[in-house]
Amino acid sequence: MKQRSAVRAPGLGWTIFFSVVSALYMYPIIMVLLNSFKEENAITTEGAFQLPTAATWAGLSNYVDAIASKGFLQSLGYSLFITVSSVALILLCCSMCAWYITRVHSLLSRLIYLLCVFSMVVPFQMVMFTLSQTADRLHLNTPWNICIIYLGFGAGLAVFMFSGFMKSIPLEIEEAATIDGCNPLQVYFHVVFPILRPTMISVGVLETMWVWNDYLLPTLVLNIKAYKTIPMLIQYFRGSFGRVEMGPMMACIMLTILPIVIVYLLCQRHIIKGVVAGAVKG
Amino acid sequence: MEKSLKKYFPLFVLPTFAAFVIGFIIPFGEGLYLSFCRFTTVDNAAWVGLSNYVRAFSDASFAYSFRFTVAFAAVSTLSINVLAFFIALALTRNIRGTNTFRTVFFMPNLIGGIVLGYIWQILINGLLSHLAQPLLALNTTAGYWGLILLMCWQQVGYMMIIYIAGLQNVPPELLEAAAIDGASPRQVLWRVKLPMVMPSVTICLFLTITNSFKLFDQNLALTGGDPNHATEMLALNIYNTFYARSGPQWKGIGQAKAVVFFILVVAIALIQLRATRSKEVQQ
Repeated sequence: MKQRSAVRAPGLGWTIFFSVVSALYMYPIIMVLLNSFKEENAITTEGAFQLPTAATWAGLSNYVDAIASKGFLQSLGYSLFITVSSVALILLCCSMCAWYITRVHSLLSRLIYLLCVFSMVVPFQMVMFTLSQTADRLHLNTPWNICIIYLGFGAGLAVFMFSGFMKSIPLEIEEAATIDGCNPLQVYFHVVFPILRPTMISVGVLETMWVWNDYLLPTLVLNIKAYKTIPMLIQYFRGSFGRVEMGPMMACIMLTILPIVIVYLLCQRHIIKGVVAGAVKG
Repeated sequence: MEKSLKKYFPLFVLPTFAAFVIGFIIPFGEGLYLSFCRFTTVDNAAWVGLSNYVRAFSDASFAYSFRFTVAFAAVSTLSINVLAFFIALALTRNIRGTNTFRTVFFMPNLIGGIVLGYIWQILINGLLSHLAQPLLALNTTAGYWGLILLMCWQQVGYMMIIYIAGLQNVPPELLEAAAIDGASPRQVLWRVKLPMVMPSVTICLFLTITNSFKLFDQNLALTGGDPNHATEMLALNIYNTFYARSGPQWKGIGQAKAVVFFILVVAIALIQLRATRSKEVQQ
């Protein structure tokens, strides 16, 4: 085997091939980046592939416009707040719930588990209208409390993944802590919570990817005139400012992608692990 | 411990359960009920029996979007998985730069569907104008292939990661044994590696098929269903039935379509899981 693979070691050809493919793969994003530095009237359908020239160079003016007059910073703030609050709530509440239903064997536990699995398959369109009406009735329609809706709708995946992992934690550790006089709350926070860290990261990654990019749920639940998350802002851009201002639009897209790329490059290992863990459990 | 934990039910389970009831169970139950009603809000529902379902099934746009979605799901599922599997094979062979390539291929997944849709709309419209073809708003064929291209671009990286994890779990002894027995690289691929990564194949097929059927954001942003609903997939069709049509009858019809859509997605998921699970080898 060793010899075979030495003989058939993939050479420089493959590296060159994949370098070209990777460059092509990144091209759509690079194209938007280049366009975001062009003057408004230079961003045309046919001219999308042209590099900015001295005559069409707009510098950072599109970015200034996007931030100053298109409300990008407010949207960034709403998106950040909603994502952080929802994911934190999901991680805490769902891990506690999952611990309870894996340790207490009752009909109710079984039922909750099955309902969670079931909810993962249901397409959002099935509940979109009634969910937005329920949110209105209970006044869960502001960025400050929409996290409760996200907790409800995101619980399925989180409880499912946490329960899957909890089954592999040996009971003896928890029993020892109980004998030492810990109440369940202490057992959970001092013993179970630390063991859960890797799963927390996996679930956190998956839920963050979902909430941050979610478009339809906040559109239907929030009042779009008052609150726009980033995906809502980008969609709103097209419909509502009359003629689409392509320059600030490109800048907005870049400003949306940039933090994602930075976070991805910093936490790549965790993100990839999260995806694999989510897939294996799924 | 089980006994003492039971008393802590309100603390451990109730928050999640209450939110789950608000965010899923009530909307789901109400959605089922309202599919038999004529309504514009939840409060003015009037029972109409099966007539919403009858009208949903006789709605030509719904049947069309079903066929369009099936055609899209079949081609995109196949192309995403074939591409992802072969990229994963290539990127588990210690090629120089493997980590960079994996990073690049995975990146589009993290960007939201709305943003991706617009990026590709600009790109595809630019290409079409250079080829002197009608732009996306008037071009059904370009819309269809554009959606496929966009979904491949976004999802190949995700599936590649899952296939790589599967390939790395193939025991090296097995490959050695195959090599000693004189298996050609092609035989190793088809007879050893592929059967051993069947669990990954199950997961990836499941994810790509359900993602394709549920696709909404990308559809809305890339084509918006243009020209004249010709690239409208099921999820967008339901959305438009709810929110883009005037008349008190449409919400009920939309909800009936949503129930049909839900049953369809569940059925496909179950059939697909059963079909591929039977092809898995015991490890």
